[in-house]
Amino acid sequence: MDFELMWRVYPFFLQAAWVTIVLSVLTAILGLTCGSLGAAARLSRHAILRFIGAAYVSVFRGTPALIQLFILYFGGPQIGIQLNAFQAGVIGLGVNIGAYMTETIRGAIVAVDKGQMEAARTLGLSKFQAMRKVVLPQAMRLMVRPLGVNINALIKGTALVAAISVIELTYTAQRYIGSTYRPFEMFLLAGVLYMIIIYVTGRGVAYLDRKVRIV
Amino acid sequence: MSDPKPFVDIRHAQKSYGDLEVLKDIDLSVQRGQIVAIIGPSGSGKSTLLRAINDLDPLTGGEVWLEDVQVNKKLPHRQYEKHINQVRQQIGMVFQHFNLFPHLTVRENITMAPKMLKGLSDEAANKLAEEQLEKVGMIDRIEYYPSRLSGGQKQRVAIARALAMNPKVMLFDEATSALDPELVEEVNLVMKKLAEEHMTMIIVTHEMGFAQSVCDRVLFMDQGVVVEEGPPDVIFRNPQNERTRGFLRKHLEGANGH
Ligand SMILES: Nc1ncnc2c1ncn2[C@@H]1O[C@H](COP(=O)(O)OP(=O)(O)O)[C@@H](O)[C@H]1O
Ligand SMILES: [Mg+2]
Repeated sequence: MDFELMWRVYPFFLQAAWVTIVLSVLTAILGLTCGSLGAAARLSRHAILRFIGAAYVSVFRGTPALIQLFILYFGGPQIGIQLNAFQAGVIGLGVNIGAYMTETIRGAIVAVDKGQMEAARTLGLSKFQAMRKVVLPQAMRLMVRPLGVNINALIKGTALVAAISVIELTYTAQRYIGSTYRPFEMFLLAGVLYMIIIYVTGRGVAYLDRKVRIV
Repeated sequence: MSDPKPFVDIRHAQKSYGDLEVLKDIDLSVQRGQIVAIIGPSGSGKSTLLRAINDLDPLTGGEVWLEDVQVNKKLPHRQYEKHINQVRQQIGMVFQHFNLFPHLTVRENITMAPKMLKGLSDEAANKLAEEQLEKVGMIDRIEYYPSRLSGGQKQRVAIARALAMNPKVMLFDEATSALDPELVEEVNLVMKKLAEEHMTMIIVTHEMGFAQSVCDRVLFMDQGVVVEEGPPDVIFRNPQNERTRGFLRKHLEGANGH
């Protein structure tokens, strides 16, 4: 193993890791937004919204994320959607992970005992007030861990945008392999950096989970 | 003799789940200050009837009135929601499984609705919570979370939470059924206290002794109909209907078995 080479290129990998982190954060924000809207739609009293929510989930979970990304990035211009690779990466991955998060959030909300909504409504709270004050605070506690699982998948999923040439970790590893012919070292370096990002995120999720636990 | 105008009035209540008719043309009038017990075998429709009063389980036919307001009147969705939220503030309900809000302290469980719906200040809401907790003997647990309370304590807090909305009528759906036997009495005592204060109450219960000692009137329900109703002395000592007798035989025996 060529440690000297790894030492020499690692600053460039750090830069690339930063891109991966930014990509992950933006994707997570978009994913959580889509997930919240998706869950609200899935739980709406309007059949049309429920249908839209269900269709969103089954389309985006039912096809490879890579295909979704290709359609957006390569197919987009054909229907008037012009995005650079980074934008396409964030939007493609965010909307994709949002479909998974929709199910996570919905699952947490329906897992809250039905008696909670009933008790709140009985006091005279509207459905919206009961959701906000009684059901959601309890659902939040239930969704931290499974959302952590979604975010873990999302971080690893950012490797896909290498396929549309976003200069993040995986793409950077590939590029250095082209010039060094040392795939073992380059992928190992990328892998270690992914692991650190995921480990730190995992600790953050565990911390959050402890903080919100019901006393 | 003409009765005064009923306080809670259920007329021709009918409820079906698909082909299953759970309530079959039930009438029930409750006067202000009256305490009515509903007894009957499991699955006879007691909860469904009780939950129709605040429209938690909407009827498929018939009317529910609270004083001169029809609870289940037909309105467009938005207007109906506004109307029913208003009505529900006036109807306290206590559940078998308490349904306290586990993420809120005892105090917050009680102050939430008055603050949100009646615009009470923190100070006023706290005072109200303290008063109600005093009444149910739970003032020393005001800062506790529900998870640290016993079942009997939880139910007393749940009663305080309902009372804090200053309801016109209180509905109890087997409030003591989920409790360990030694915790039943503390909840019964609170309900007796309410009875002494002439709170209007409709109480679904399996406790024949309690129904007999506290209630003005007893309804025996079976298979979606009111089979027999009357003063507790008549229903418990001299029931007219064979089904009532059969039910009471089983339940009074069970109660004496200990
Ligand atoms: N959501 C529901 N869907 C279908 N059937 C129901 C539902 N809720 C209650 N039932 C049925 O209605 C009948 C009356 O139930 P309930 O009012 O809970 O009886 P009780 O409180 O007297 O035990 C039962 O046969 C029960 O199975
Ligand atoms: Mg019941």
